[in-house]
Amino acid sequence: MDEQRQSASPVIEPGYTFGTVTDKISSIVLTRPTSNGWFLGFGVAFLLTMMMLFAIGYLFARGVGIWGITIPIGWGFAIVNFVWWIGIGHAGTLISAILLLLRQSWRNSINRFAEAMTLFAVSAAGLFPLVHMGRPWLAYWLFPYPNTMNYWPQFRSPLVWDVFAVSTYATISLLFWFIGLVPDLATLRDRSTNRAAQIIYGMLALGWRGSARHWHRYETAYLLLAGLATPLVLSVHTVVSFDFAIAIVPGWHTTIFPPYFVAGAIYSGFAMVLMLAIPIRKFYGLEDFITERHLQNSAKVMLATGLIVAYGYGIEAFMGWYSGNRYDSFLLWNRLHGPYAPWYLSLLACNIFIPQVLWIRKLRTSPVALFLVSGVILVGMWLERFIIVVVSLHRDFLTSSWGMYYPTRWDWMTYIGTIGMFLAAMFLFVRILPMISIFEMRTLLPEAEVKE
Amino acid sequence: MKRTPIYGMMAEFDSPTLLVEAAHRTHDAGYLKIDAYSPFPVEGLAEAIGFHKNRVPLVVLIGGLLGGLSGYALQYWISAISYPINVGGKPYHSWPAFIVVTFEMTILFGGIFAVFGMLALNGLPMPYHPVFNVPRFAFATKDRFFLIVFSTDPKYSPSETRRFLEGLAPRSISEVPS
Repeated sequence: MDEQRQSASPVIEPGYTFGTVTDKISSIVLTRPTSNGWFLGFGVAFLLTMMMLFAIGYLFARGVGIWGITIPIGWGFAIVNFVWWIGIGHAGTLISAILLLLRQSWRNSINRFAEAMTLFAVSAAGLFPLVHMGRPWLAYWLFPYPNTMNYWPQFRSPLVWDVFAVSTYATISLLFWFIGLVPDLATLRDRSTNRAAQIIYGMLALGWRGSARHWHRYETAYLLLAGLATPLVLSVHTVVSFDFAIAIVPGWHTTIFPPYFVAGAIYSGFAMVLMLAIPIRKFYGLEDFITERHLQNSAKVMLATGLIVAYGYGIEAFMGWYSGNRYDSFLLWNRLHGPYAPWYLSLLACNIFIPQVLWIRKLRTSPVALFLVSGVILVGMWLERFIIVVVSLHRDFLTSSWGMYYPTRWDWMTYIGTIGMFLAAMFLFVRILPMISIFEMRTLLPEAEVKE
Repeated sequence: MKRTPIYGMMAEFDSPTLLVEAAHRTHDAGYLKIDAYSPFPVEGLAEAIGFHKNRVPLVVLIGGLLGGLSGYALQYWISAISYPINVGGKPYHSWPAFIVVTFEMTILFGGIFAVFGMLALNGLPMPYHPVFNVPRFAFATKDRFFLIVFSTDPKYSPSETRRFLEGLAPRSISEVPS
């Protein structure tokens, strides 16, 4: 026991071969019967998705007046949830691209479903600015295209930058995920005994046959894509933070925003990865592939990014005092003593104080404790965006234009509905695609090394 | 009467080490049109079969440059020529504001060129290929390693090549019908 504790636990438990790794992951998709638990989980998530569609349908019929947004708070839940979801999406690309460049081989067992999580989170995020538009059928006006109105987007506006950043991010994440899937789809094509599955997986596998020439170009392309995605993932939340930082509203107009947003994004992204990985490894018996090491490493990433976020809060508070600007210092006072003070104090508890328990090794390696702390962090990061959007807007320069924000049931239905949509997509994903990258797991086995 | 044309001769191995060694020996024996198949990328295998020319990086460079230049040109043309709007007295050609979109377009085009360029250079998608005619080849995506000598190789001869491959101690040898 002591020896085990001293040596770091392995990325993959010993005793596996190329064949057993392949069978274990592919059988989840190909032969394992769909459990009642899956149907129950998917059913609940699907109903929530329907609730979201209902809320959005009613929104299209009646307009954004059904939401709680009023002047001065024109950016309510839609923007809070957009930023929250897009932040969650960051972990996938971080794990697949940045950890690949840093040669962190433990990423191989969690990158596939983290990338899937990114895609679904970005889809949920992308929905919010669209439905927030008021006239969502004119969403294509965001893109530059020749038109008879002789109109073009305003490229000096961070909102236009955001359109490019988020759509590039969604495209690159999709490509990265799909290209990683191709060799595994070929495995499913060759392993499956069902004719329909063979044809579908076969077509998706593009005729992959594992030729050495193909692998060589594939690895180059994958590495270059990772190199391109690395600055991209850091740029996306930076650009999202510009949506705020370039405005002059107190609480938004600050240079700490880009790094602090990026750290917050990774913080919440890893929390979501853990909240998904912990039940998945339990229900599908994947403890040998997603080991204690993965949980510990993710917890350490959360600790580090959480401290960067705490530094961001600290600097915000410090600048409120040090700048001597009466609006900035009022913002700090208003956060601590204004009508939203309980929300701000909960934010500090969720994002700064409670996650410090991860310093304790015993909790860092306990799946239940990690699951709970991750949930707390996700709530905290949502509160952070709420504080940034709502509390900054509700009392700005002129007391005559102060106001309050009360989300309506339609706000909540849309928000909870996107969680349902995200989970429904995750349920489908684990059922029809290999949730762990099979070919990258093979490379982790000791036999994969070519001996001279 | 003509026999079914033969695509090549295929040998099956158990481990990446054996495959790389076999590929080296086949290449050294003077066979030039050969290929190897593995369930995951094997280090040194591409070199062993004599594959050195990898144009993926060039394609990605072209894509990235194209994306960045067209992104910047688009913004310049729109903001300074086609639809000039005076915003707070800033110059029409306000380049610092154009950096973000230029950067995103560089990444977007670089990434798209990387993926589709790699697929195009690999000749994918290609749902049918003669190697799939070998039933045991289904294990090339699981735990087996294959080496093929194409029948277009000048040194290829059904009996000679089979004898040579047998000398590499493979698990099995099969002729690949095309």
